[in-house]
Amino acid sequence: MSLERSLALFFLTISIVYGYTAFFTIDASLPPFAKLSPIWPSSFPKIIAIVGILLGFILVFSKPSVAEGKEVDLKQLQKYSWRPALVLLGMMIAYALLLRPIGFIISTFSFLVVGSMVLGEKKLLWLIIIAGIAAFSIWYLVQQVLGIYLRPWPWFLSGGF
Amino acid sequence: MLEGLLIGLSTALSFKMLLMVVGGCLIGTFIGMLPGLGPMSIIAIMIPVAISVGDPTAALILLAGVYYGAIFGGSTSSILINAPGVAGTVATSFDGYPMARAGKAGKALTVAAIASFCGGTVGAILLMGFAPALASVALLFHSAEYFALMVVGLSAIAAFAGNGQVSKALAMTLMGLMLATIGESALFNMPRFTYGVMNLQSGIGFITLAMAMFALPEAIFLILDPSRSKSQSEQQNEIKDLRISKKEAKTIAPVIGRQSVLGFLIGVLPGAGATIASFLGYAVERNLSTKDDQKEFGNGSIKGLAAPETANNAACTGSFVPLLTLGIPGSGTTAILLGALVALNVTPGPRLMVDQPEIFWSVIVSMYIGNIVLLILNLPLIPYIAKILTVPRTYLIPFILFFTLMGVYIGQNNAVELLILIVLGILATIFRMASYPLAPLLIGFILGPMLENNFSRSVQLYDGVGFLWERPMTGALLIIAVFLVLLPSLRLWISNWKEKRKFVADGD
Repeated sequence: MSLERSLALFFLTISIVYGYTAFFTIDASLPPFAKLSPIWPSSFPKIIAIVGILLGFILVFSKPSVAEGKEVDLKQLQKYSWRPALVLLGMMIAYALLLRPIGFIISTFSFLVVGSMVLGEKKLLWLIIIAGIAAFSIWYLVQQVLGIYLRPWPWFLSGGF
Repeated sequence: MLEGLLIGLSTALSFKMLLMVVGGCLIGTFIGMLPGLGPMSIIAIMIPVAISVGDPTAALILLAGVYYGAIFGGSTSSILINAPGVAGTVATSFDGYPMARAGKAGKALTVAAIASFCGGTVGAILLMGFAPALASVALLFHSAEYFALMVVGLSAIAAFAGNGQVSKALAMTLMGLMLATIGESALFNMPRFTYGVMNLQSGIGFITLAMAMFALPEAIFLILDPSRSKSQSEQQNEIKDLRISKKEAKTIAPVIGRQSVLGFLIGVLPGAGATIASFLGYAVERNLSTKDDQKEFGNGSIKGLAAPETANNAACTGSFVPLLTLGIPGSGTTAILLGALVALNVTPGPRLMVDQPEIFWSVIVSMYIGNIVLLILNLPLIPYIAKILTVPRTYLIPFILFFTLMGVYIGQNNAVELLILIVLGILATIFRMASYPLAPLLIGFILGPMLENNFSRSVQLYDGVGFLWERPMTGALLIIAVFLVLLPSLRLWISNWKEKRKFVADGD
């Protein structure tokens, strides 16, 4: 199954789930007096769901738009360097989870250093200096200039969450 | 109008506002020059900064400065290394890069700077005339017409999406609308579509979605495809000799004149932005030229460089017309601007010019100032600014990813939002691989609440959906919307049918 068709199917599924929620679950928690109003919280979603499901069927059953472009597309997909992309995405997830526990400065510094190394940076010394300066100065900007609290150090240094 | 201009001048000429214009233009030019980073990502990254500025006028001026700065910067990287940072400047590279290859990089940059300056300035003058007129018409509109107008806007965006893309763009718009209904809405304080997840109660953050749709996929594509970020090793020639001759000035003057107006008008249309304006401008000028001139197109014609540069800047300005007068964004970029304004408690629309004229007029004045700043910036400083093209991708990409994460974190102060960002970003990348356009999703998301509120208000007033046919204006607009959506498939169907007949005729 081509990528285009799978995505069309994905869209159809989402529309159906959305429609099911709009038609069958939202109204259940509606207080009785609200039912007197001509418009319910579920009215607009119901319209979107109907249009979405119709369009989903059209997308799934229509011919793929660019029949010739397909093969080129697949070749392009093989040429991509997937490994660094997946590693960096994994690192982003790790960053999101570790940002609070280990603090902004350590997590940012290591994200920038490891990220550059994954992409093939060789000059480690420069990298460490630049990442260090960046982590510190951005923390300073956000915390002191913009006034948004960012915990700089790990929990055991700054005490409690 | 004069009164308005004076209000704008007195606001925009304060030190803080000038700082915003200059800062925005500089940041926009710098980041716009980085290959692979478009204006939408840059603006998305700048939004948390703009919101923390706090003052809506200053924020809009800053973001507008970033916007045209990015288009300016994009043309520089198109000309110097044939790597357009922005879709709107792809046409610039057709003739700009051959000129640079022929050792006329300096001249190409000058032509681009002058063309952009004229396009932007003429655009701002037209905006000044157009917007108040349109706004006074829009003041007569009722919520039913607003609802219909937004439907027209959304379908126009889908209809302009290109051949075979209409249903995909519609699907993305609908997904944006669906995402917009998640959480509590303004009219009904009751959580919808949260599926028991507490973090969805307040809905998906608009910055999160903007980052997930634009900044993150662009960064992922930069990693996936190393050839996207060419660096300076390609740039062999020194930038020198910035001057253009009188004869050349005479050649490009009519081109600039025509394309400023054409570009502006295209920019006003919803869905057709700087990209379409620049390609159309290039094609129109090529058709208008003499046979001899036509041969030069693609090999370093200064007409071919001036046309798209003028058109895309004029279109950028034109796209502010529907945003400021109707509150309906016509492009992904203006949708992001609208989101930022809503976050600052300003609702753009026809009332804006009556209630908060200083916002409208100071944005216009800031456009004049911004264009002058960019001209000054681009002409003498360009050889130095172009050095930014030497930033290696091993540094560039981790920093882009980090700024994406940071922007979302600062806005929401919530680590779960970061995970939502990553999941949506991966989905957006996959959709982009199958050439689904992403801008309609964001536009749908931003227009969603307004669409629903106007619809609900009309239903309440008319106690049903009677307004759809009882108000002729509403009905007419909705018919236009349906027509817009069906038009491309109708055209395709007719051309298919003709093709088949021709094929049969050939077969005989």
